[in-house]
Amino acid sequence: MRVALEGSHAVSEAVRQANVDVIAAYPITPQTHIVERLAEMVAEGELDAEFIPVESEHSALSVCIGASAVGARTFTCTSGPGLALMAEIVFIASSMRLPILMVLANRSLSAPLSIWNDHSDAMMVRDSGWIQVFVNSAQEAYDHVFIGFRTAEDKRVLLPFMIHMDGFFLTHAVEPVELVEQSVVDKYLPPPDFPYRLDPASPLTMGAFVMPDQYAEVKKAQDEALKASYGPLLEAWKAWGELTGRHYLPIEGFYLEDAEVVFLTVGSYGEVAHMAVEELRQKGMPVGIAKLRLWRPFPFEDLRKALKGVKYLAVIDRAVCPGGVGGPVALEVRSALYGMEGPKVVDFIVGIAGRDVTPEDYLKMAEMTPEVAGGGSENYVFYGVKE
Amino acid sequence: MKTIGEVRFTRKNLPKEEFFVSGHTACQGCGEALAVRLALKALGKDTIVACATGCIEIISSRFPETAWLVPWIHVAFENTAAVISGVEAGLKAMTRKGRFPQKRVFCVGMAGDGGTADIGLQALSGALERGHDILFLCFDNEAYMNTGIQRSSATPFGAVTTTSPAGKRSPGQVTWKKNVPEIAVAHGIPYVATACPSFPYDLMTKVRRGAEVKGPAYVHILSPCPTGWRCAPHLAVEVGRLAVETGVFPLYEVIEGRYRINMPKKELKPVEEYLNLQGRFRHLSPEIKGYIQKRVTEEWEKLLQKAKAFPYEE
Repeated sequence: MRVALEGSHAVSEAVRQANVDVIAAYPITPQTHIVERLAEMVAEGELDAEFIPVESEHSALSVCIGASAVGARTFTCTSGPGLALMAEIVFIASSMRLPILMVLANRSLSAPLSIWNDHSDAMMVRDSGWIQVFVNSAQEAYDHVFIGFRTAEDKRVLLPFMIHMDGFFLTHAVEPVELVEQSVVDKYLPPPDFPYRLDPASPLTMGAFVMPDQYAEVKKAQDEALKASYGPLLEAWKAWGELTGRHYLPIEGFYLEDAEVVFLTVGSYGEVAHMAVEELRQKGMPVGIAKLRLWRPFPFEDLRKALKGVKYLAVIDRAVCPGGVGGPVALEVRSALYGMEGPKVVDFIVGIAGRDVTPEDYLKMAEMTPEVAGGGSENYVFYGVKE
Repeated sequence: MKTIGEVRFTRKNLPKEEFFVSGHTACQGCGEALAVRLALKALGKDTIVACATGCIEIISSRFPETAWLVPWIHVAFENTAAVISGVEAGLKAMTRKGRFPQKRVFCVGMAGDGGTADIGLQALSGALERGHDILFLCFDNEAYMNTGIQRSSATPFGAVTTTSPAGKRSPGQVTWKKNVPEIAVAHGIPYVATACPSFPYDLMTKVRRGAEVKGPAYVHILSPCPTGWRCAPHLAVEVGRLAVETGVFPLYEVIEGRYRINMPKKELKPVEEYLNLQGRFRHLSPEIKGYIQKRVTEEWEKLLQKAKAFPYEE
């Protein structure tokens, strides 16, 4: 069934269809519409779940941890500063291997206070140990609620799953969304059945502390578990594609074979960039685009394969590493490409706190790229910033 | 009006089973370990515990060992009330959907005074206000003992800690102990009580009542800490008894907003008897001891007045 839905409400609808047990959230713009709709669904009896309107984001994820530890399917969502308050628990959720699903309606971090979208919040939890994907549309956000729960709860995985969804651009835009029948969801996503649960019938201790002789072992196991989630995620994408016809990959490339300049994007800015690439191609300009969907575990091999033979890579970064070498995505991409006969990378830091980046801007960046390229790793440009 | 179960533990019906067992690494004479053991005896096996960071967590859960025979989870310092809210909510939803058996499981949060009165107060207030069917136990040893005896908002006036040292310009802790039981009462929850392991049957009875009552319950347990209070380990029970008998830490219940005082004796002993047993008060001048006596008497009078105005009728 194809309907027009606000991105936030597409997420709420998917959470309802996923038959979530516990939702805990604290209001913050631009995440609010997701939880408002969920609260309505619970109040109307359309979703049989406990809706816990907590007193902070820190408690939101803590409630999810408690619920997930007894075996419940749990959901939370937040944005920017809310994630910053929640951060301590974000790292704990993954270390305790609890398959919680979070939608992060991406928002810039204060100060100055800004409710608008960029990826500074996402990058703060880059190393938190969650599986992380960036979605490009309301449809992708909707689909990834199911894909996320299936992957997270897979007994080979047991890790929390974070969906990065650009605030406003995706949460507040109304888009056509293809909803799946409940029977499809039921087939795709079995009821939760976690192997380790707090249950008086077989008591266990969760969250024991370790001394230095064990900590490194735990962290190595966690790193390996996150890397190993790649296979099950690919399987989950494949199974979803077979059921719905909507196929997802860690990275999707267009016009890469003969492109001189390739844009690499994460999240919704890829849509405008893609439009720009189509226009520039029609004008005969050899440009292409690679959209990175999977952020953790980072798809090193896929990226290398996709970018083989590309001359210049223009990374569209939407966060800053102050005092570092540009933006976090470029940093990661440069690491992935290190040592291979790959493209020269230029890092464009754009669209901070929701500033528009138009097709004309992509034309300018495409033209700038060969000029700017050739420098060392400090090769980055704050594009469009007033001096 | 009878809103609580009248379960009462005595020597005759003391459960034999232990759920917080030996092998933990508490200091000699630890009043908190004793209180936890008694609380779990009262709660029984159908209990899930969420525990804050602190002494109890550190002495009982060093991987790969555990002192807990009930399901137990530690997440962080400040969020225990939220974690146990989640446990309760998860069980509720799963029971409704047929994925968990229909039976009462006591959902119990445990924290020290730091995890309750300071860093954990926000999460606790949220959980109490939302009305979860949980029991929250504060094991109050009146400072951050696990990190080396730093003051908290539950440290009593005049006590020396490593961050409230006595000096030429300071008598030690300069603030009065935060009254967390009254903060809990202000949430309008069905059951609030104070207890001390020096009165074990009273403690067990209150813990069980708090668990059985429908909705949030809060029991504030004064847990003598010989290490931090600077007293001999064999005096832990004695010092707790004196805290109660002098009125420094009165025992009472607040049931649906109505008070019932459970003091062993009508007359209060002089506060000095309690202070003099502990090195943390050793430096206090007679004037300051006099001030403490005056304030303790005043607080006790206030409690008596509340109990007179809003008595719990059995």
